[in-house]
Amino acid sequence: MPTPILEIRNLQVTFNTPVGPLVAVRGVDIDVHAGEMLAVVGESGSGKSVSFLAAMGLLPRSATVTGSALLDGQQLVGMTPKQMRSVRGRLMSMIFQDPLSALNPVHRVGAQITEMLRAHTKMSERAANARAVELLEIVGIPQPGDRAMQYPHEFSGGMRQRVVIAMAIANSPKVLIADEPTTALDVTVQAQILEVIQRVQVQFGTAVVLITHDLGVVARVCERVNVMYAGCFVERGNVHGIFEQPTHPYTRGLLASLPQTGVGRLVPIAGFPPNMLRPPSGCAFRARCDHAVEACGSAIPPLVPVGESESACIRASELMGRK
Amino acid sequence: MSSPTTSPLLSVRHLVKEFQMKAMRKSGRKKRIVQAVTDVSFDVHRGETLGLVGESGSGKTTVGRCVLRLIEPTAGQVAFDGVDLAQLKFEELRQVRRKMQIVFQDPYASLDPKMTVGASIAEPLVVQGIDGNHEEKVVSLLELVGLSADHARRFPHEFSGGQRQRVGVARALALDPALIVLDEPVSALDVSIQAGVVNLFGDLQQRLGMSYIFIAHDLSVIRHIADRVAVMYLGKIVEIGPAAAVYEHPTHPYTKALLSAVPLPNPRVERARSRIMLEGEIPSPINPPSGCRFRTRCWKATELCTMQEPVLEIRAHGQLSACHHPEV
Repeated sequence: MPTPILEIRNLQVTFNTPVGPLVAVRGVDIDVHAGEMLAVVGESGSGKSVSFLAAMGLLPRSATVTGSALLDGQQLVGMTPKQMRSVRGRLMSMIFQDPLSALNPVHRVGAQITEMLRAHTKMSERAANARAVELLEIVGIPQPGDRAMQYPHEFSGGMRQRVVIAMAIANSPKVLIADEPTTALDVTVQAQILEVIQRVQVQFGTAVVLITHDLGVVARVCERVNVMYAGCFVERGNVHGIFEQPTHPYTRGLLASLPQTGVGRLVPIAGFPPNMLRPPSGCAFRARCDHAVEACGSAIPPLVPVGESESACIRASELMGRK
Repeated sequence: MSSPTTSPLLSVRHLVKEFQMKAMRKSGRKKRIVQAVTDVSFDVHRGETLGLVGESGSGKTTVGRCVLRLIEPTAGQVAFDGVDLAQLKFEELRQVRRKMQIVFQDPYASLDPKMTVGASIAEPLVVQGIDGNHEEKVVSLLELVGLSADHARRFPHEFSGGQRQRVGVARALALDPALIVLDEPVSALDVSIQAGVVNLFGDLQQRLGMSYIFIAHDLSVIRHIADRVAVMYLGKIVEIGPAAAVYEHPTHPYTKALLSAVPLPNPRVERARSRIMLEGEIPSPINPPSGCRFRTRCWKATELCTMQEPVLEIRAHGQLSACHHPEV
């Protein structure tokens, strides 16, 4: 395996809240390889967004980030705001669920892309304007020359997300973090945006981290999958392995809870995620797990190879055989 | 009511809902009209679930609100158990409303944070002036939705999203309704929690026999729960029929495209299947396309589709669809 473009080690994020410290991310390792499409899945509050907001230096001051995040050899954790600004938008970009909040309502979209280009390069204004139009064309906006002169409110939701993608890839970053980029969109528009993201990944060789709760989206576009629960990774591996032979009871529960065939009863996961102000000892999933034994409470289980995947369940190999 | 049990519980005919947009002073623009729902007709039978699907702006939520007369329809009839709701005076409407309830998408917004959950659930009983032991009723309702008696004294913030939605359901059940409009009731919930609430809707229907109008943009959830499905596009029903027919043999190009756009959580199947990629997005309802409203995004559109609006026609598998060039 070549060295990953983004290498996160033992990342921990703690929020200081009025009622005490909340550990949102509890020591995760993530490798993102050049040009790949990596999925990070999990439910609300699992820490999937926070992990990458931490790497991007986008968390509020109430958050304490420890550990290491190496982007192409550069340590991101502990960077000064000024150093961070030169990384964001140049080497690593992030797009969000709501494109409207990422755009300035009083500036033309072309100017916003131009600003992104000129912030990191010595490009002339004229060249940057021309490049902005090219970028709008790349993300599939018809009549890009005219559209560059319009304001965000003149665009539909799907078109706005395309504009945001154009901004994010303006400086050909090595890594694009896409945080629920299609969650607010209708399915027919979601299909279009996923295609744009895939095109960017292939055409520019950008590594894409797709943060999502939608396992269907993962099945469609991702190669490797990381499953997160209560601030830890519980399973990771190849998309086919994870979907066909999930090794962690949480992954299995998540897949079983989806309505797929239209018949029979759905199988929910009992209970709900733990309160991270008082995280449980050991495996965070054990309170909801049918297979939990006493040993599950002793320590947070590390990811170990099981079959084709890696699983953070101490009984994974034993349960695999049982089906 | 003396209507035979075979007659539909709810009968909606030629429903129209228009919203007026304010005139813009400076630009001198005239008042504009948004047609959110245009000539929609459907029935809901006793004990059945009608799924209402469509993308944002299709008018599905507006239909749900018009059915309950939470907003006044511009035209058309909504008959509940044979009674035309539009003709009713406020007091009469209030009586009928006992039998129709709604559950909203956001369980955080639809519960009063300063009221105990028990008081919220009992409120419909108070409003309708129903005597008797409310406390006992609240406990039985809580148990019905999978919560317990001691939850009654707690406040909404003490509950998780899934539990809060169960409270919303308990409140909707308080008056023994015959029809519940479920407006995106599980969209705000995580999948592992969503499954339990979907099961609850099925169980309650089996025990109590009420009908549902289940409004959702998630086609897999609708497939799971609905007996019949109506697919809406830009204020109109483009296809309606038995769920199996609509899902297995879609005849309207929009239904087909919509189903093909939903990503399936199975990488092998998902990557092998061919997809219909629709161009563009749903047009503005202020000035909808002439003829068939879907024609601007349809790969089968012809001159005829521009000229003439298609009407709902019966298809081979039992559903109706409005298309000049239906899929077979």
